[in-house]
Order: sequence, then C-alpha cells, then structure tokens
Amino acid sequence: METTEKADYQKLPERLIPDPGPDSILGPGHDYDSVTRRIAGIVYLPLKNSPKKWLVGAFIAFCFVNLLMLAVGWLFLKGTGIWGINIPIGWGFAIINFVWWIGIGHAGTLISAVLFLLKQDWRTSINRFSEAMTLFAVACAGMFPILHLGRPWLAYWLFPYPNSMALWPQPRSPLEWDVFAVSTYGTVSLVFWYVGLLPDLASMRDGAPHLWQRKIYGILALGWRGSAIHWHRYQKAYLLLAGLATPLVLSVHTIVSFDFAISVIPGWHTTIFPPYFVAGAVYSGFAMVLTLIIPLRSWYNMRDLITLRHIEAASKLMLGVGLIVAYGYGMEAFFAWYSGDKYESFMYWNRMTGPYGFTYVLLILCNILLPQALWSRKVRHNLVLVWIISIIVNIGMWLERFVIVVTSLHRDFLPSSWGIYIPSKWDWATYAGTLGFFMFLIFLFVRALPSISIFEVREVVHHESHGEHLEPVGEEA
Amino acid sequence: MSHGKTLSHPTGTHGVMAEFGSPERLVAACHRAYAAGYRKMDAYAPIPVEGLAEAIGFKRNKVAFCVLIAGICGVIGGLGLLEWITVIAYPHNVGGRPLNSWPAYIPITFECMILLSALTALVSMLAMNGLPRPYHAVFNVPAFKRASIDKFFLCIESSDPKFEEADTARFLGGLGGREVSVVPE
Repeated sequence: METTEKADYQKLPERLIPDPGPDSILGPGHDYDSVTRRIAGIVYLPLKNSPKKWLVGAFIAFCFVNLLMLAVGWLFLKGTGIWGINIPIGWGFAIINFVWWIGIGHAGTLISAVLFLLKQDWRTSINRFSEAMTLFAVACAGMFPILHLGRPWLAYWLFPYPNSMALWPQPRSPLEWDVFAVSTYGTVSLVFWYVGLLPDLASMRDGAPHLWQRKIYGILALGWRGSAIHWHRYQKAYLLLAGLATPLVLSVHTIVSFDFAISVIPGWHTTIFPPYFVAGAVYSGFAMVLTLIIPLRSWYNMRDLITLRHIEAASKLMLGVGLIVAYGYGMEAFFAWYSGDKYESFMYWNRMTGPYGFTYVLLILCNILLPQALWSRKVRHNLVLVWIISIIVNIGMWLERFVIVVTSLHRDFLPSSWGIYIPSKWDWATYAGTLGFFMFLIFLFVRALPSISIFEVREVVHHESHGEHLEPVGEEA
Repeated sequence: MSHGKTLSHPTGTHGVMAEFGSPERLVAACHRAYAAGYRKMDAYAPIPVEGLAEAIGFKRNKVAFCVLIAGICGVIGGLGLLEWITVIAYPHNVGGRPLNSWPAYIPITFECMILLSALTALVSMLAMNGLPRPYHAVFNVPAFKRASIDKFFLCIESSDPKFEEADTARFLGGLGGREVSVVPE
C-alpha cells in the first residue's frame, strides 16, 4: 500500500485532462480520494519530476529576487537619491508600486471572502491561490513605503509605542491610517489563509509518502483530526473571518485613496477616489488572478479542477469592475470641467495633453478600450486572448497609478515649482525585483502547499454526487 | 463531546470506532447512537457535514461570542489609545484644531476592531477545539489515516457511562459501521 502510494506521486497525470467546459466547476469522475490525490500530488511530486517550465520560471524569478536585494542594498547605502524622485514629484515609483501591489491583493480577499458570503460555487478552486496571491502582493506593497522612508531601519517609529523621545505618531494623518490598514490587512489575510489551510494540512500529513513530509505537515496541521465539533467551530470562525475581511478590504483601499484625497493637490482632492480606488484594485487583482491561473492549470494538468467556468466568471467580473473604473475616469474628467476650478481643469487638460499625455492615452487603451473584447464569448473562451488581456489590464492599472501620482504632482499651483519625473534604473530594478519576489513566492507556494482547497473541492464532489439530502434519521443506512 | 481526559480509564482504551462510507450514513448513525443514550462520542469527517455536530449533541458554539467581545475591546482599545495619545500624552495644537478630533480616529479604530476580532476568531476556535494537540488516541487506528481524505468515522468513547467495549462494538456494527475497532489509549 505504502509503495503504491509512493509510486502514484512520482509523476503528474500523463494524458491531457480535458476541460469540462464553461458549465462545470469540476471535471467528471472525481471522488473524495481522487481530488485529494490530484491536488496533493502536485506538492508530493519529486522536484526532479517538476514541469520544466516550473524550474525555468522559478529560476528566472529567483534572479529577480537577487536584483531586488541589490537594489534595496544600494538604497540602504545611498538613500532615496538613487531614485528619480525630486521636489515636486516626491512620491514616484515607490507609491505607484505600493498602490498597485496592494490593489492586486484585493482580488484575493474578494474571491475568498466576498464570494464566500455570496455563496458563489466557482470561488472554490481558485480561492486558496488568490489568498496566497494577496499575501505575497501585500508583502511587496508593504516594502515600498518603508523603502521610501529614507531611513527604512526606523520604520518602527510609525507604530505608537512608548519611547524615550516622548513622541507619538500623528493619528489624524492618512499616512498613519495606512500603517494600521496595511498591517491589519496583511495579518488578517494571513490568518484567513491559514485557517483555510488547516484541514488541508491534515490531509497532506495523512497522505504524505515520506516521513519528513508527514512531520512538517503534521506540525503545521496542529493535530487537526476532523472532529464534527471542531468543524462546527471552524466553519463559524471561517464565516466570521470572511465577514471581517469584506469590510476590511474595502477600508484598506479607501484609506490608501485617502493618502491622495485628503491632500489639496488638484487631481487628488476628489470624493470619488475611495470607490474608484477600490474598483481599480479589484480590477487589477482579477487580472493578476487570470494571469497566474491560466498557465498554472496547464503546467500542472489541472484543467478539470480550474475550468473554463472559473476563467469565464473571473473574466466577466473583471469586465464589470473595469466599467466601474471607466466611470471613475469619466467622473474625474467631468468634475474637472464642471467644478469651474481653473487648477482642476488645467490639471486634467495637462494630464491628457501634457508631457505625460502618452501615459494617459495608453491607460485608456489598456484599461477601457481593449478589455471590452471580453464582451464576446469567443474571446472569453480563448485562453490565450484572456491571458493577454489580463496582462494588458495589469499594465493599464499600473499606468493609472503612474498617471495619478506623477501628473498631479508635476504641475502644481505655482509654475515655478513645476518639474519632470524620470524614473531611474534603480526605480525599475526595485519594481522588477518585487515582481520577481512575488513570482518566486508563487512558485514556492505551488510546490509547498496545496494550491487548491482540497476539502472544499471534496464538498463540491459531495454536492454533485449525492445531492444534498440526508437520509431520514433512525433508518438503517 | 470528546474533551474529557480519559487517560485514567481502567480499560486503557479511548473508545470504539466504526467507519462509515458517506456523510449521510455517519449522520444517521450519530442520531441513533445519541438516541440509544450515548453521550461521549465524536464523529470525524474529511469535509464539514451539515448537522453532524448537532447529531452528537453539540449545542453551543461560542466562537461568535468571543469575536464580538474582541471587536468591542478593539474599538475601545483603539479609540482609547488615540484619545490618550492626542489629548493626554502628546497634546499638539495643529492649526487650532481640537485635540479630541475623533472623526479622524475612526479609520484606525476600525482597523483595531477588525484585527482583534480576526485574531480572536483564530485563537478562540483553536483553543476551544483543544488545538494544537500533538497526540490523540484516534490516530492509533490505522484506518483513521483516511479520516482526512475520504472516510467517515464515529467513535464512542470509553468515558461514556453506557460504554461497554463488546456491547458498544456490537451496537456500532448494527448501525452499519464497517471495520469496527477498539481505539487504544
């Protein structure tokens, strides 16, 4: 028994497993055991039998992690002068990337918490993966404001603690709200992710072919044994976490938008920022989910677990949220004109036609025009096109943050304090480095933990095979 | 419920365990065991099964209550901290604004509430479940390995007053349980 189990995990399924199509969230012929084996098998797979693409991808990502180390090391030695920032454009890449990364994280929480509360069945196969994406994106996001501090080693000054300087942080400032919002978001995402993992870690422990794996997963599973009473409390805790994460995710990007909206800079000082930032965050997050799961399901032959149904639903949501973002752009332009404020209208005119006008044109192209192709069912069913559109949206959302941060700052009220921002090579290196860091963590995650929630897929199996009826109490089963 | 320590029981067994093929059968068996007067038992499943905990007599889930208390503490603690900082510890006049400018404290107060509630949801769930727990007698049954994969188990524990090893085993067999086995402590 032991030896056959070991042999089972030597290779991925060899034949190409077909996609069951857009109506089904799970391929045919699955039972509790087969889904467990399929999902856990990816983790148990010996490293030497990993798909070549995984090895190449992880290696490239690791090179970029080293680039990040280099960029951050040089920054620690020389200070933020190595970046392209100046006065008036003091925020530059650090804040652009901070907002972009934290936005990407938002789709993970949306998929796992909001779709859970709404009882959307298609969330099941992609929630674990999206939560991991959230965590890693928040890790990347959190780096930037700290690196931007100038003296990053003093970042702990941001927290209120009794100190010998008798100083306290200013809790009326949105920047201080950010500290609490982002650190809470990171912590709660981690808790939510770990609670979701707990029963699966027990499955990993019980099915592992090697003793060392049983030990590691055994420690992580905390002795979970699937007791009915444990499950009862577990489900309550999970529901509450979903209920807490939902307002949290809205609050985080709202607070991030306050960093801008509470200032008096033209182009930042608008009331539409909170909802428009949240929509943009979800937009970029869904784009990132699609960018990652489309190759993943093909590399690991998981077309029957992550099906066209998941991809189509995510594409439709992306399209829908994208329209809210488009409405936000429209309203920004409308406010600039309708306010009659000459600084506002100049800002918007300059945004479209000034030195950075090309970024605005690209932004509209990437975020509004090209994604409209998703209205067509043919496009949504063509995974290559969906993947390309998802990357376009990622680029578009990054450009949006660039446009908001740079164009508003570089043409201020006084022409004497106008300036130009050109990102330096170290800006690019840090940004590319965090991309590599994020991808490397994703690659490690896929190999180390079940990237699909096993027990939730088992529930899908249960609902599909047995129906939901319980046999009458007291009858012989 | 299964949380009483049964180490001192003279028989040296944790209980008797039977395996069931589906969640529906397990729920039905639990109802019958409860109706037959057994109280100290636990059911094990690889998926959450609706009605299973209730079937073995579990009534009060206190996780939500703990989270509510934690949320209230988070609000009071968060707002209290900010008021104390800005009014008492470090009163700082910024453009003549009032020291107690509480609307500006709402975002941080809200985050404190969420943080404390979420951590409490995790900790209270684990603590009431008695986790982390490195050893438990049910793992002594070799077939129990599949309790986290595809099999469903009911274990009637030796601490139950009605427990008689042979009788209870026969009873579980009668419920349709397969592979009835004694669980060594």
